[in-house]
Amino acid sequence: MAKREVDEVSGTETTGHEWDGIKELDTPMPKWWLGIFYACIVWAIGYWVVYPAWPTLSGYTHGMLNHSQRDDVTANVAALKSARSVKEAALRDASLADIQRNPELQQFAMAAGKTLFGDNCAPCHGAGGQGARTYPNLNDDVWLWGGKLSDIQHTITVGIRSTSPDTRQSQMPAFGHDGMLKPVEIGNLTEYVVHLSGRPADAKAVARATKLFADNCAMCHGADGKGNRSMGAPNLTDNEWLYGSNREDIADQITNGHGGEMPTWGGRLSPEEIKALAVYVHNLGGGE
Amino acid sequence: MNHSWLERNSILLLIGIICVIAVGGAVEIAPLFWVGGTVEKVSGMRPYTPLELEGRNIYVREGCYVCHSQQIRTLRDEVERYGHYSLAAESMYDHPFQWGSERTGPDLARVGGKYSDQWHKGHLIDPRSVVPESIMPPYKFLFSTPLDYRDVQALLKTNREVGVPYTDDQIAHAKDDLIAQADPNGDGVDAFEKRYAKAQSRNFDGGNGAEVTEGAALIAYLQMLGTLIDFKAYHADAPENRR
Repeated sequence: MAKREVDEVSGTETTGHEWDGIKELDTPMPKWWLGIFYACIVWAIGYWVVYPAWPTLSGYTHGMLNHSQRDDVTANVAALKSARSVKEAALRDASLADIQRNPELQQFAMAAGKTLFGDNCAPCHGAGGQGARTYPNLNDDVWLWGGKLSDIQHTITVGIRSTSPDTRQSQMPAFGHDGMLKPVEIGNLTEYVVHLSGRPADAKAVARATKLFADNCAMCHGADGKGNRSMGAPNLTDNEWLYGSNREDIADQITNGHGGEMPTWGGRLSPEEIKALAVYVHNLGGGE
Repeated sequence: MNHSWLERNSILLLIGIICVIAVGGAVEIAPLFWVGGTVEKVSGMRPYTPLELEGRNIYVREGCYVCHSQQIRTLRDEVERYGHYSLAAESMYDHPFQWGSERTGPDLARVGGKYSDQWHKGHLIDPRSVVPESIMPPYKFLFSTPLDYRDVQALLKTNREVGVPYTDDQIAHAKDDLIAQADPNGDGVDAFEKRYAKAQSRNFDGGNGAEVTEGAALIAYLQMLGTLIDFKAYHADAPENRR
């Protein structure tokens, strides 16, 4: 049996164990520490009573407060919605002119739009809406599907070549890949498109491609190559290029008919959020 | 305190140890018997298609969960950004679940449909080509590596073994369904879509269609994340859905 004794130097009891003459002090825990320790245990019992704590056979103990994190978040989101509701309602019904006349509403739409843009749009269109190859620049005044507020709103809602049944839809044929045009014809057409954009081109090739363009391209891009927004057919005369401006890129586009895809946001964002986004994008610089 | 009486009797000490470990065991094991009660009744959930399941394996293999979580918590800011908070039912067919514990990158629980396939491909090949501030490593090789799906049938069977309700029909046609989902112009697409509700059949990686790449499988998985549940039919405030 251990023999406890009082250490002479420290005046504290030893544990009574001894190994080769080495003894161990049994210094008690500080009183303040023990006090907090036991208080925490009592506090924890309080938690069992007040909050959901113990599983039971058919569920769990709900506690006096009947607290639920899901109720909390539902209430928090509802509070947020109601705090925004007045301005959201005003925004929903406002026309572009209304918004431009009302600095407060404009500020609200821009602030909301900026936040939404950062999370949802910036991955493709860039943090400043500057776009990238295959993703349109939203700062300039070049629009594939229209630059009016309502056009932008509709594009965001349904997307382009998206999974929405109402999606904006068009598909440029892959003239080369699907064998509709011969490589020589594509070469001539490339010169024609370069010529359309106001750059020096091989005049003979342009002449050879005039009929080809009228037969194959004009239906969407227009006889003058100025595009058609109802089909998202780009203007070929403005020297703005989504898939590259050099001859190789243009020939590749005629050969393969690339078409980008924009997701539909109608199911993910509310109509008010989409309106705010549209105002923001419209305001980036090129809105009509 | 005097506990030498316990420490000096090996049988008593053994019983004591067993009792303490049993408490720990009970706390960890017992809830598993009631775990079904935590899963909400929802409409829309279905097991992963073979292609999605293979894509999910690549997600696990590449350790995506190290930086990306798949759980939207019940916090206002998360619901604002990512959408409805995650339900237990949404990971009921996950073995193992991919909730993750760190968000170096954004949460992916509802990334399905948020970006285009083309964006996912560009982003996986070179993340900084679309998100300049990204620190995600590139996964270019996924698009030049053919998917090895020789064992897809066994994969489905194994999942059924641990509780995923795959039908015999689904297991029998696992390979056909995988190919059908990756090739929208193939023959088996209608049968595939009948077997898996709301499944999308597309050329996910824009490849030549000659073979299914690992990248295509991964994109197929990413594009369905969080899209299955019909939240119009789910009542968050119903008593049985309170937590």
